[in-house]
Amino acid sequence: MDFGSILNALILGVSIASIWLIAALGLTIIYGAAGVINMAHGELIMLGAYSSYMLQYYLGVPYLLCIPASFVIVALVGLILERGLIQYLYNRPLDTLLATYGVSLVLMQGVRLIFGSDPKYLAVPEIFSSNLSLGFLSISTFRVIVLLVTALLVLALWLLFYKTRFGVQVRAVMQNKEMAASFGINSSRVYMLTFALGAGLAGVAGSLFGVLNIVLPTMGASYVVQAFLMVVVGGGSLAGSVVASGVTGEMQSVFAFFTNDTFARFLIFVLIVVFLRFRPQGLFAKAGTRR
Amino acid sequence: MDFTRRKLLKTAGLASGALLAPHIWVPSEARAAALKKGEPLKVGVLFSLTGALAVPEEDSTLVLQYAFDEINKAGGVGGVPVEPVIVDAKSDFNVYSEKTKELILRDKVIAIFGCYTSASRKAILPTIMQRDHLLYYPTCYEGAECTQNTICTGPLANQHSKDLIPFMVQNFGKKVFFVGSNYVWPKESNKNAKIWLEQAGGELLGEEYIPLGSSEFGPVLNKIRDAKPNFIFSTVVGASDIAFHKQFKQEGFKVDQMPIASLTTGEIETRAMGAEFGAGHFLSAPYFQTLDNPTNQKFVEGFLKSPYGKNGTTHYNMEETYLSAYVFKSGFEKAAAAVGFENVTPRAIRDHSGGIRVEDAVSPEGLIWIDDQNFNTWLKPKIGQCQADGTFKIVKAADAQVAPDPYSIYPDIGVCTKDGLKAPDGKIRKNVI
Repeated sequence: MDFGSILNALILGVSIASIWLIAALGLTIIYGAAGVINMAHGELIMLGAYSSYMLQYYLGVPYLLCIPASFVIVALVGLILERGLIQYLYNRPLDTLLATYGVSLVLMQGVRLIFGSDPKYLAVPEIFSSNLSLGFLSISTFRVIVLLVTALLVLALWLLFYKTRFGVQVRAVMQNKEMAASFGINSSRVYMLTFALGAGLAGVAGSLFGVLNIVLPTMGASYVVQAFLMVVVGGGSLAGSVVASGVTGEMQSVFAFFTNDTFARFLIFVLIVVFLRFRPQGLFAKAGTRR
Repeated sequence: MDFTRRKLLKTAGLASGALLAPHIWVPSEARAAALKKGEPLKVGVLFSLTGALAVPEEDSTLVLQYAFDEINKAGGVGGVPVEPVIVDAKSDFNVYSEKTKELILRDKVIAIFGCYTSASRKAILPTIMQRDHLLYYPTCYEGAECTQNTICTGPLANQHSKDLIPFMVQNFGKKVFFVGSNYVWPKESNKNAKIWLEQAGGELLGEEYIPLGSSEFGPVLNKIRDAKPNFIFSTVVGASDIAFHKQFKQEGFKVDQMPIASLTTGEIETRAMGAEFGAGHFLSAPYFQTLDNPTNQKFVEGFLKSPYGKNGTTHYNMEETYLSAYVFKSGFEKAAAAVGFENVTPRAIRDHSGGIRVEDAVSPEGLIWIDDQNFNTWLKPKIGQCQADGTFKIVKAADAQVAPDPYSIYPDIGVCTKDGLKAPDGKIRKNVI
């Protein structure tokens, strides 16, 4: 085995990490800020892919514009979901779990009723369906796009949470909702906006996954498990999810390089279970009251 | 509610009693599935209309409805119309076996058409065999099964890749890399493919399996890049297959330098991935939409115009399903002629199905017939290359029908005969799955 192949595996690891991370970002925000375990996260990803498909197929919107548009559309869905359902369930984690699971079924079957269960197709500019190569190194252009979008979103989220007034409010509510409320922060509004933000991020992930993968009503299910793992291992914070995705993505790629894909997954899940046995609160757990 | 031990035992006792009860009256009831002349003939159609398997299986249901409509318009089966009882198996193997019982006991169907995956087939076979019923399994599978209650109209593993591997070796070179989904059919298919590869003088550089439903092909494609094969042999199925072809191009692989030879990537898959990702690759199948013969033209036009043709394409899996309806028609009529219409049972149909031919005038893929020993299908595998518009150009067709052989790679286990699996020592075992 030569040096080039290992380097390629490491680069691929970064790309796999970015895919795992972007799937987990929305869930991290919603779980971290509002403490809601959103079982419908996979279906929000699926809605993002279908939004892009709709915009492209019916309105002829170019693909790159579909990405932010999917953010807006799915964020609106998230907003409606939060106002219509989740806001009544904030202090009942088990009920939110069941309710969001129900929502996921409704969304999946609803999309199936409207679009049918046959797979859909997202067209991208020709330049994205090729690769960049430099000597023995090679990576697909679209993987670079996913990586860039993920990096951009992480930066934007960091700025939002640590450099704006809204971010301070969110962090205050995360630490202690009642105390924050007594300082005049409208916690209900903060929850609503963070939920919409998290949903919108899932929408962005969906419009990217529609290109890597296939647009189907059931596509969300394959991403939601790994997204949950990243959030749990990361401890629900943004930095935690970034580190967790980075490490597991690299492990996935390197293990698969030395053995095979199936064994790599097996090893990762075993390691995660062992890790959670010794650190159930995740990598970077926030001090503060949990609801 | 507090469960004491006593209460629990009592409940469990009641529950097991309730479970046992149906068996007391079921057999006599089930036997009395007497057919009456003039009443429609009920058949079960057992596919998933929802869930992960819905993509291929919904089309199977639609094409069967089309076939039965066509048969009914032409006078039905044995003079009576066929009435398909359509159920949704919801991509859940428990539902498959539950619905099988329901179709046999409640609806009293004369035969069941169903299943797309080997897993669901193996889930319902015990019930089918216990009731001595009849399953038409209308798609490809790995073989290594010998029951007295199935008829299969798709290619077996020994037929599927027989021509494809030598063709690819001749045209592209000796070195090949195997990629498949991680379950029984790809693994068994690859065992067959290895035999053909050895005969063709090829060289296997690597073999990788991807979890079902996975969409991450980066690591595998990196390995293929390092191994530099002349072509890839793929048994990746479903949504993964589409992700595989997309990422193949996105990672900079060139189809003219290293094409994928697949057993699964047909018209439906190419439409879903976009023709630009499918173009140039190869598929081995008994049927392609572009087959140039009057029967196929009639089938494609008729189906797409019918209310069942909403997906806009025909596909090898759909054609094999379509054929199964005609195999059923001939089998039933032969049985009715032999034992009388009222006395036809699933057993009688199967016993009279050996050697049944579906002629050029009916079969879109051309003449096929049912093997009179193992009840799989003699057919001509064809190799097609995907074109820029997503249709396939046939580049090679077998000269003659290839014999199905479910135990081709396991000669030590035996040969499948109509009475059961005949071991080399002459012992016959029935219903081997």
